[in-house]
Amino acid sequence: MIFLIIKRILLGFITLFIVSIITFVGTEVLPGDACTTYLERQAFGEQLEACYRRLGLNVPAYERYVSWALNAIQGDFGYSLSGEMPIKDVLGPRIKNSLVLASAAIFIGIPIALILGIITALWRDKLPDVAISTVTIFAMTIPEFISATLLILIIAIWLEWLPGIVIVPTDVSFLELLPNIILPVVAIAMIMTAHMARMVRSSVIQVMASEYVQMAILKGVPYWKMVFKHVLPNALLPAINVVALTIAWLLGGVVVTEVVFNYPGLGRLVIESISNRDLPTVQALAIILASIYVSINLLADLLTLMLNPRLKTLQIRK
Amino acid sequence: MKLDNIYKEEKKSAFAKLSEIIITMASRPSGLIGLSILVFHIILAFISPYIAPHDFKAIDPTLMLQAPSAEYWFGTDDLGRDVFTRTILGGRTALTITFFGSLIALLWGGLLGIFCGLVGGKIDDVVMRIVDAFLSIPWILAMLLIVSLLGTSTEVLIPALGFFYGKGIVRVARAATHDVIAKDFIVSARARGHSNFSIIWNEIIPNVRDAILVEGAMRWSWMLLGFSSLSFLGFGVSPPTPDWGLMISNARGLMSFAYWAVIAPIVGLSSLIIGINLTADAFAKALGIDRSTKAPV
Repeated sequence: MIFLIIKRILLGFITLFIVSIITFVGTEVLPGDACTTYLERQAFGEQLEACYRRLGLNVPAYERYVSWALNAIQGDFGYSLSGEMPIKDVLGPRIKNSLVLASAAIFIGIPIALILGIITALWRDKLPDVAISTVTIFAMTIPEFISATLLILIIAIWLEWLPGIVIVPTDVSFLELLPNIILPVVAIAMIMTAHMARMVRSSVIQVMASEYVQMAILKGVPYWKMVFKHVLPNALLPAINVVALTIAWLLGGVVVTEVVFNYPGLGRLVIESISNRDLPTVQALAIILASIYVSINLLADLLTLMLNPRLKTLQIRK
Repeated sequence: MKLDNIYKEEKKSAFAKLSEIIITMASRPSGLIGLSILVFHIILAFISPYIAPHDFKAIDPTLMLQAPSAEYWFGTDDLGRDVFTRTILGGRTALTITFFGSLIALLWGGLLGIFCGLVGGKIDDVVMRIVDAFLSIPWILAMLLIVSLLGTSTEVLIPALGFFYGKGIVRVARAATHDVIAKDFIVSARARGHSNFSIIWNEIIPNVRDAILVEGAMRWSWMLLGFSSLSFLGFGVSPPTPDWGLMISNARGLMSFAYWAVIAPIVGLSSLIIGINLTADAFAKALGIDRSTKAPV
C-alpha cells in the first residue's frame, strides 16, 4: 500500500520532469527567440549580443535548463520579458483568481452532476433520462466560447441581469469579484457538470446490472436502501478518476472562458504571454498547468486507492 | 449452421459491412440525427461555393450591420459582408483541416499504440511515460505555442492538430493490442509459422481496428472543438477566410446590436460538432464498443 503510493508519486514526478524537458526543448527548437522578438527590427549586432547576455541566453541550452529547473523547483521562474517583473509576482494573483473560478465551478458542479447522473441512471431511457441526457449532451459538446458567448448575449445583454465582462484589476478582494464571476463560473460549471453527470450515469448503470445488486433485489432489500447502501458507494468510486481527468481536461476550456469574459486568471495570461512571445512565462505556465494536471490525477488515484479495500492488496492500477 | 455459410459471412465485402454499420447507426434516433447533420454539412461544404449568393470578402461600408432581409438572409457583419454566405462557407476550412488532422492522428497514434502493445517491456514503459507527459500539457498551450511560432497556415495546423490529438489514440490502440495479443489465435498463428508482419496485418489490425476507429471518430469532434477555439482566439486560419470561430470572435463585440452576425456561425459550428459527436457515438454503439465511461483526454 505505502509502496504503491510512493510509486504513484514518483511516477508523477517523472512525468513532470519529462514535461519540463518537452517545454524547454519545444521553446528552444521553434524559430525565433525572446531577444529577436523583443528587439524586433533592431535584432542584430551589439544590441542582440547585449540582450542575450542580459537574459543569459549566451550559455549552452542544457546549462540553462539545469539552472532554470533548479530555480523553478524553488518557485523562481525568472523574469517575464514584457513587464520586466519576476514571473512569480505575475503568477500569484492570476493563480488565485483562476482557483476562485475553478473551485466555485467544482463546488457547484459536483453535487448537481451527482444528482443528475443518479436520476438519469435510475430512470434510464424514461422521460427524465431522455430530457436530462439531451441537455447534457448539448452542454458537453458545444465549445466553451459558444456557451459563454450565448450566456453573455442572453443574461448580460438581453436581460441585463449581470455584467457580461469582468472589468476589475488583477488583485481585487473576493467580495468585489463575486458579481463578476457568476457568468464565467456558470459557463465552466455547465460543461463540467455535463461531463461528470454522464460518467456518473454510466457508472451507476453498470453497478445496477451487477450480480450483487440483482441479489439484493431478490433478497427484497427496499429499493432506496439498496440504491444508497449498495449501488452508490460502488458506483462513485470509479467515477472519481474520471472526474479528475475531466477537471484537468477543462484547464484548456478555462483558458478560452477566461478570454471570453476578460477574466484576469491564468488562462488569459497564457494568451497574453504567447502573443507577446514571452517564453519564460510560457515555460512557467506549462509547468504549472502540467503540475495541476498531474497532481489532480495523483490525488484521484490515491483517493481511489484509499476508498477501495480491494485495491489495497492488489497492484491493478497501471 | 452450415460451414460455408459461416465462410460467406466472413468474406463479406467492405462495402457491405460499411452499409450494414451505417444502417445500424441510423436505426437509433440519435444516430440518425447525427448522421443527417454530418451528411448535410459535408454536402454543404462541397456545394457552398456554387450556391453562395454573395462574395464572401466583398466589403461594403454602406451595408454595415444590416438586419436580416430578403437580400441578406442572415444580415451583414461589421464590414458589410453577407453573413449567410460566410456561414455556409465557414464549414469548409474546419471540416477539411480536422478531417485530415484526424487521419494523421489515427495513423501515428494507432501504429505507435500497436507497436507499444506488441513489444511491451522497457520500450513500452518509456514511450507511455512520454505520451503521459504530453497528455499533461494542456492542449491549448501547446497548440497556441506551435501556431504562434510557426504560423497559422494549413500545412502547420493539420500536422500540429494531428499530432496533439493522436496521443490519446496511442493509449487506446495499446490497450486493444494488449487484449488481443494473449488470445489463442495469435499463439496458433505463431505456431503455424506466420511472420511477424503477417500476424500484425492479418490478426492484430483487424481486431484492434474498431476500437481505434471509434476513438478517431471521437477525436474528430474534439479536434473540431480545439480548432475552432484556436480560430476564436485568433490563432487559427487568418481573415478574410470565412471561418465560424473567427466570425464569432469578430461579431462578439457588436452582438448587443447585431446579434445575427454571431448567432449564424454559432448555429453552424454547434450543429456540426453535435453531428460528429452523435455520429461517433452511434458508430461506437454499432460496433459494440462502450466508451461512455471514458474521460475526454
